[in-house]
Parts: sequence; C-alpha cells; structure tokens
Amino acid sequence: MRRALLIAVAAVGLMAAEPPPAPDRPLPDAVQEARAQRLFDDIRCVVCQHEAIADSPAGIAADMRGLVREQIAAGRTDKAIREDLVRRYGDFVLFKPPVRIGTWLLWFGPLAVLLAVGSALLVFARRRKMEISPLSPDEEARLADILAGEQLRRDPDAKPSDD
Amino acid sequence: MIVETGAFALILALALSVLQAVMAAAGRLRRSPVLAGAANGAAIAAAGLVAVAFAALIFAFAVSDFSVANVAANSHTDKPMLYKVAAAWGSHEGSLLLWCLVMTGFGAALARAHNLPFGLKTCAVATQGLLGALFLAFTVFTSNPFTRLNPAPFQGDSLNPLLQDPALALHPPLLYLGYVGFSVCFSLAIAALIEGRANASFWPAWGRWVRPWALASWAFLTVGIMLGSFWAYYELGWGGWWFWDPVENASFMPWLVGAALLHSAVVTERRGALAGWTTFLALLAFTFSMLGAFLVRSGVLTSVHAFAVDPERGMMLLAILGGTAGLAFALFAWRAPQLKGGGLFAPVSREGALVINNLFLTAAAATVLLGTLYPLILEAASGATISVGPPYFALTFVPLMAVALLILPAGPLLAWKRGDLKGASQRLAVAAALTVVMALLAFAVFEPRKALSAAGVGLGAWLILGALAETAERIRLFRAPLAETLRRARGLPLGAWGMTLAHAGLGVFVLGGVVETGYRVEAARPLAVGQSVQAGKWTVTLDQVRIVEGPNYLAEQGKLSVATPGGRTREVTAERRFFPAGGQTTTEVGLDFRGLDDVYVVVGERARATDGQPAWNVRVWWNPWARLIFLGPLIMALGGVLSLMDRRLRLAVNARKAA
Repeated sequence: MRRALLIAVAAVGLMAAEPPPAPDRPLPDAVQEARAQRLFDDIRCVVCQHEAIADSPAGIAADMRGLVREQIAAGRTDKAIREDLVRRYGDFVLFKPPVRIGTWLLWFGPLAVLLAVGSALLVFARRRKMEISPLSPDEEARLADILAGEQLRRDPDAKPSDD
Repeated sequence: MIVETGAFALILALALSVLQAVMAAAGRLRRSPVLAGAANGAAIAAAGLVAVAFAALIFAFAVSDFSVANVAANSHTDKPMLYKVAAAWGSHEGSLLLWCLVMTGFGAALARAHNLPFGLKTCAVATQGLLGALFLAFTVFTSNPFTRLNPAPFQGDSLNPLLQDPALALHPPLLYLGYVGFSVCFSLAIAALIEGRANASFWPAWGRWVRPWALASWAFLTVGIMLGSFWAYYELGWGGWWFWDPVENASFMPWLVGAALLHSAVVTERRGALAGWTTFLALLAFTFSMLGAFLVRSGVLTSVHAFAVDPERGMMLLAILGGTAGLAFALFAWRAPQLKGGGLFAPVSREGALVINNLFLTAAAATVLLGTLYPLILEAASGATISVGPPYFALTFVPLMAVALLILPAGPLLAWKRGDLKGASQRLAVAAALTVVMALLAFAVFEPRKALSAAGVGLGAWLILGALAETAERIRLFRAPLAETLRRARGLPLGAWGMTLAHAGLGVFVLGGVVETGYRVEAARPLAVGQSVQAGKWTVTLDQVRIVEGPNYLAEQGKLSVATPGGRTREVTAERRFFPAGGQTTTEVGLDFRGLDDVYVVVGERARATDGQPAWNVRVWWNPWARLIFLGPLIMALGGVLSLMDRRLRLAVNARKAA
C-alpha cells in the first residue's frame, strides 16, 4: 500500500513537478548551433541563482535559449543578440559585465593590484639595497681570509641549488 | 537528556574559552606559568566539551529526535544512517558547531605545543581562546543546534537531497579543517606582532612554527574544495566542475592566500626575511576564511548553494569578521613597521622567485575577491545590478595565473640569496623543449584545433616537466651512476619531494582543466527507448527506463549503453530522483569512466518524441581528461602532507609530543 502510494506520488512528482519546458530544438545548421551553445554559457538565467541558461532546467531558461536560437537563425550577430538581451533584462543577464565607469575598478582592479604591489616591492628592494654599506678595507681583508679558508674545505659536489 | 548534556557542554565550552583568553592574557602580563598552564588546560577542556556537544548532536540525528528543532528541520526517518549523521553538519547550526569543534580542537593542539616560547605561546593561546569564544557565543546565542520544539513533530523535513551524497558528507569537515586551521596561523601572527623582536633568530623560528599549520590547513582545504567541485560535477548534472559561483569563490580565496602564506613562510623560516609580509598573509588567510563563512551563511549572495541563510545572523557574523579583522590589521599597521626584516637577497634568487609567487597569488586572490563582492557593492552603491561569471575570470584570473605558472618551474632551481638565471634556464632546457613538443602535439591531435588550449596543455606539461627536472637535477639523474642517484634520492628531504609533487599535481590539474574546458563535446536530444545520441566518438543509446524505489526517494532510472567504434560497450545508469519528503527532484549523473575521459550522461524530464512515443531529454558530455581535474589537487595535497612530515617540521612536532 505504502509502496503504491509512493509510486503514485513519485509519478506525479517526476512528471508534473514542473511544467515541462518545450524541448530544445537545436538549430539545423551545426555552425549556428555551436554559436548558440557558446552564447548560452555567457547568459544568466534571470530567475536562477548564478546559473547560465546553458545549465538551467527552468522554463524561462528554455525560453531564453529559444529566443537566442531564433535570433541566430534570423541572421543577427552575437553582439546584437547580447544587446537585445541587455535591453530586455538589464546588465544582470550577462555573465560578462560591461566595461563602464562603474565597473572600471572591477575590470582593471586586478592589474592595478599587481602593479601596485609590484612597484611597492621594487621601491622596497631599492631602499634595502641602499642600506647596504660597502665593506671597509679591514672587513675586506677579513673576508678574503675567510674565503681562502673556505676554498679548501668546499665540497666539490655542492651546487647552488642544494640546501 | 543527552541533548541537554550537549547544550550544557556547549555553554560550558563558551565559558571556558572566555576563561582561556582571560587567563592566558593575565598569565602573559604577570609572567605567571600557573595562569598560562590553567589557560592551556581550559583550551583542552573546551575542545573536549565541544566534542561532547557535537557527539550529542550526532546522537540526536542518529535516533531522529524530532523534538530538537535542528533535527526536525534537517532530517527524516527514511534517510540512510550516513546522511542522518552527515545532516548533523549539513545545516547552518550544525556546521557552526563543527566550525567551533575544529577551532577549539586546533586551540587544544596549540595549547599542547611545547616548543613555543612563553610569551608567544600565551599570546597565541589568548587569541585562539578569544576567537573560539566569539564563534561559540555566536553559535549559542543565534544558532543553537539544541533548541527544542514543543510539541515535537512526528516527521522531519529532511535534508536538501542535493546534499545527500557521500562526497558532500565529507566536504564540510575537510573544508572547515582548512578554513579554521588558518585561525592558528592568525593567532600566531597576532602573538608575533605583540611579542615580535628585531632579533634575527626570532623570525626563522616563528616561520617554522607557522608553517605546519599553514601546510595542514592548505592541504585540507585543497581536498575539501576538490570534493566540493567533484560533487558539483556529478550531482548538479550540468557537465561542469567549476562555475565561479560566489560560494566556490569564498573557499578559493583562503586557498590562494594560504598558498601564498606557505610559500612566504618558507622565506621567513629559511632567511628571516619577509616577516611583515608573512604575518600579513597569516592574518589575511583566516580573515578570508571568516569572509567565506559570512558570505555563505548570511545570504547576501545569490548562489546555487547558499544553504541555510539568514540576514540577521549575517549581520552578527559581519560584526565578528569586521571586529577581529579590523583589530588585527590595526595591530599590524602599528607594529609591522617596527619589525626588523631579516636576510638580504638579490632580485634573482629563491627569495625573489617566492616574492613573485606571492605577488601573483595575492593579485589572483584580489581578483576573485573583486569578482565576488563587486556586484554586491555596485548594487548597494548605485542600484545597478551586474553579474560576474566565468567570462570575467577567464579574462582576468586566468592570464594572471598563466604568467605565474610560466615562471614557477624556475623558482626551485634558483639558489637562496643570489640565483643564477642562466644556469636555471640551462637546467630547464630539456623540459622546455619537451613542453614545446607537447603543445605542438596537442595542437595537431586535438579536434577542433585551438591554439590557446594547446598552449594550456603546454603549460600543464611545463609544470610537470619542470618539477621533474628540478628533482632530476638534485638526484643527478643520468649524470651520476645509478647508485649515487639512488643515494641522493634517499637523502632528499621529504619537503623537497613534497614540493615536486605539489607542483607536478598543479600541472596535472592544469592539463585536466584545459583539455576538459577546451575540447569537451556536448549533445542533447529527446530519446525514446532504443534511440541514440552521438557525442564525438561516443554513441549513447537509451536501453531501458524504469521506476525504482530508494530508501527515501523514487527514481526514474535510465539504463544506457555507451559505445565507441572499436571499443567495448559499457552500461551506465542515470537517474532522476524524486524525494517526497521535501518535494524535490535531483539528477544522478551516469558516469562512464574511460581512461582519463568521462562520458557523462544525464536523463532529464519526459519529452514527446516526434512519433508520439514517450521519450526523455538526454544530455551527454564527452569530458576529455576530466579525471586529471580531481587527481591533480589530490597529488597537490599529498605533496603538502609529505612536506608536513619533513624532518625539520617533524622535529618541532616531536619536541612538542616528548615534552
């Protein structure tokens, strides 16, 4: 009894839990379909949480895929299709945010961090170098002494990479 | 009764953690070993009590005690025992308890460390106690997992079925061991900022104390993230393994900073240099861990897996994060200029290479941070909504890392202080030549031809060959008699093998990631029984569809055969499961492991075929070299474990155990 009930529930759940979206009809032209697939990866399903329409099972994602395919079939360029989507849904719909004043920090921030930290390191290294004072003649003599002794004991096998 | 014991133990642990912080601080101020010893005792007892609380929660889940609100909300009598137990850390409250368990556990380990000087240790124990108290207070007052329900319901609401998966049962504990392990580095950094001396011997010793914690945390985090990614790969049924989803990013940021930390700690340990920078990274790694917890738990992010979210708790977590990080970095800003740097080095040297590594890893972490938080900040500031997804990271993060990985193999071949770039490039000449051959081969063999992906294959090969070249150089492979090479190989410290493995593992991952991303083939079609779909060289035929009953679900199960010309035909099973308890549907991917490749099959909703027969939407991916994506991080983590067992670090541990 319980089993029969569960199967009934499951049958309803599996078949009618969500209204089945119209099955995807790939474009007959393979090149155009490949273009569509590439676009699907960059377009966000507007009701989902961080899902591309390529992945989302939601009905609206299927509608959006249909829309993109229609526009490709109608001969529109990728750029025009993206612009059209942005007009309908806003910048939110594209996983690649637009480059404008508000997003400069986003787009150029990584390079800025690299350059800032890099130049800070350079300045730091320069300053460190200046702090090294040349050896006095006395120190030079002592160093030469030490090095002379070192030469005799040096392991002929030692490589700079050995530590 | 057992549940009340757990609740009581948790509150007692909170009190003990506060006591630990106070006694350790007082012990430091009065230089009293008795107070400091008592603080250590409190730390160990607090860990024991949180363990008791955690065991009590697991017990409540195991016996399905629905009078506990957390159990009622996250469990169900029909669930298999593994997932009843795993549900104990699958919910918000339970995962916080796990966080506290790991935190106090590491605190107890720190309290038992005997090789640390008195001042440094008491300061670290005090900081760790404070951190523990903060998170325990948060758990007790806002997210108590032991809250009772009256009247108790007869049945629970069950755990999100997406989470009922072996990889995901293990994923949170490993991830938290990584996240929270950095808290010890954080505490040691605070202690060093308070106690730090200009004395040259202090920083190498400090580097040696921090490194095992950083290594262990990083290795745990590596495996934790890998398991999470593997789960997303076969449980979400989208054919991908990394989506640059905010929650994934939240775990990736501490990983990047942790990787930077364990490299910069090497410089501090060996040469006493970069002391300020290493402390900064130690503070940053745990700050990013807390940021991750905040992002996941607060619900400020829209994500595929922001489970159990609540804005009010989010504000509390933000306060904890802002308070601790703010104080820590203020202390850093005040004390860091007084820290005396150690050894000098030329730009071309091992130190210089590690600085470059840190530069790129930090910039990469900053990129992930920007990409994750920017939509939030922009929306708050201007109301404009944007999405930051894979195309953004492909244009920013990927080139940054590509440059860093290109330089990587040269680093280990440079000597400390002053390196010989010409010598290093000569020793890498064979590896470089082989790399070019591999890239050209990839360009010629893989269909369709893609120059960038072929270059990526070259990069992966370069990392592996570079790591091998370095080891070959050290054991004088083919240049000395075999016996001599073997002697040298045995004499090589474990840390050196660990580094080789970790770098080669990174190369293995890059190979998998590049080939899977560049050359995967996808096909989707409605199939009636007996029909087939073609993905590259694979023909996938739907043989049978039937309804099967699981312990707490019913599934529509498709049996499909995967065939290739001249190869063996194999059977895969893919399911769509329906969980009546929560009314959710999940997909179980059918995976056919073919050498390094996966044939990945998803059976979707029913569709209607053209001739009116019942059909199912079947999606098939051919994911070439996908195995390497998950193998690479395992090799990297193994490298971390080997380094952890190195004599130099082990001596420290032994000293700790012996005393």
